[in-house]
Amino acid sequence: MTELTRMTAAELGGLLAAGEVSAVQVARAHLDRIAEVDAQVHAFLHVDAEGALAAARAVDEARAAGAQLGPLAGVPVAVKDVITTKGIPTTAASKILQGWRPPYDATIMTRMRDAGLVMLGKTNMDEFAMGSSTEYSAYGPTYNPWDLSRIPGGSGGGSAAALAAYEAPLAIGTDTGGSIRQPGAVTGTVGAKPTYGGTSRYGLIAFSSSLDTPGPCARSVLDAALLHEIIGGHDPRDSTSIPAPVPPVVEAARRGATGDLSGVRVGLVKEFTGDGAEPGVVAAFRESVEALVKLGAEVVEVSCPHFSYALPAYYLIAPSECSSNLARFDGVRFGLRVGDDGQRSLEEVMSATRDAGFGAEVKRRIIIGAYALSTGYYEAYYGQAQKVRTLISRDFANAFTRADVLLSPTTPFVAFPLGARTADPYQMYLADLYTIPPNLYGGPAISVPCGLSEGLPVGLQVMAPTMADDRMYRVAAALESAIPQFVPPAL
Amino acid sequence: MAAISRDEVAHLAHLSRLAVTETELDTFAGQLDVILQAVARVGEVAAADIPPTTHAVPLTNVLRDDVVVPGLTRDEALSGAPDAAEGRFRVPRILDEELEP
Repeated sequence: MTELTRMTAAELGGLLAAGEVSAVQVARAHLDRIAEVDAQVHAFLHVDAEGALAAARAVDEARAAGAQLGPLAGVPVAVKDVITTKGIPTTAASKILQGWRPPYDATIMTRMRDAGLVMLGKTNMDEFAMGSSTEYSAYGPTYNPWDLSRIPGGSGGGSAAALAAYEAPLAIGTDTGGSIRQPGAVTGTVGAKPTYGGTSRYGLIAFSSSLDTPGPCARSVLDAALLHEIIGGHDPRDSTSIPAPVPPVVEAARRGATGDLSGVRVGLVKEFTGDGAEPGVVAAFRESVEALVKLGAEVVEVSCPHFSYALPAYYLIAPSECSSNLARFDGVRFGLRVGDDGQRSLEEVMSATRDAGFGAEVKRRIIIGAYALSTGYYEAYYGQAQKVRTLISRDFANAFTRADVLLSPTTPFVAFPLGARTADPYQMYLADLYTIPPNLYGGPAISVPCGLSEGLPVGLQVMAPTMADDRMYRVAAALESAIPQFVPPAL
Repeated sequence: MAAISRDEVAHLAHLSRLAVTETELDTFAGQLDVILQAVARVGEVAAADIPPTTHAVPLTNVLRDDVVVPGLTRDEALSGAPDAAEGRFRVPRILDEELEP
């Protein structure tokens, strides 16, 4: 039998259902792997071994009692530390939440527990999900399993690295401007951003509420779809949750894996076919498009003239919402409080707490947001960015009249060395160049491994219309079936 | 011309309740200027007649039935507080001058 930690979630689910392995065995194998390699990778901020084994035992007992269990019952999952987990430390990788144990579970956590998934622990990330390299974590960076001197992407670098290091077969990420897809691309794993409103934000610590979307991370497209199906669907606790069934993502992933894309029109965005991307990334992208054509896909070129304004619009909208959302960290209801010596006023304590608790990138974004929303600048910055957002959505709508999905590289460059982009924050933002448009529009997008450049993974992004998440899974699974599998070097 | 001055950054930090240090101000002023110059590109788009998008999902007035459902207990709600007293969040003094002799 292949090592348990090398298997996909679907394979593990099959073995578990057949009684060939127990959930406790599977959990132990992954906890052992974490103990073996996480000192090098630092994917986890907190490992809940006791909770994982208890959850695994409960699955084994339910199965022994003849209960009907779902396809992922007993399969482990790693969860980004921005998702609240009842009684389990949740920090969003910020000092301001150090030691906080939420009194409630996020909706997606409840759904995963109900489906029998076994939570291994909480994964590292850029503080409050603001960043593209996981270097903005207050608890130290995560290292890319492909090359430990390089970044694993961000903000969800911990979740992606846990998959690439075989510490977990599944993980949860959140995607505001690419935080699931870009880490997926640079670690050679799969990351899917569902349609905004397709997965509940209840219990997701808010960064930019009109953009934040939780989603699945995995080592295969089918695994991502299986997890998507469990966490997706309407949640009355999230007023922006779409009251409609989850699109048929699992069926689409299985259909795509047959390798037949006849009748599927894939759109290449004229503005996104090479500008600013590394030559190796462009080459891998073009080869993947050719592979899709061999499977029967028809290529059409589409123009989305406003996509080049997506990055600036995003870096106004997201910080504006962040400056409002992060006002809740006031040193009163949860987390850190600094300087409360009986002499200082509430305002002084609040300001001292926030200065001590937030890292530099979070402060930068709060200040930019405050600027963009202030009287005199509002119309020119935030207001204008929202109008550009409308134009970007119209570009998508036009493009989807001619193409079923749109394709681009996921990120302009492969994993860069740690420290390469921290001195100039705007250079870091460029990592999100291709991933941002779907967040502004709200539609789904997935990153799937498509090749190597200089020995490092490259991701292909498939974008689909709102609530047509199934289309992106079909195309991604087809590509996965047509190209070789890329495996990182042994740690 | 700089998009944002060091004084403006200090003012915004104060409004945002961030007790930033002088060193932080020196660093941020330059960095934020680079960022703001770059994002100001949105101004190049002719969008005067375009309605703004605040949200990707056109749902409005989402209400639930007025039914009592379990919520957090008082103890649970206070469990993460840095300071609590008598079943409440305890905060530093709010009134300033009035209390000074």
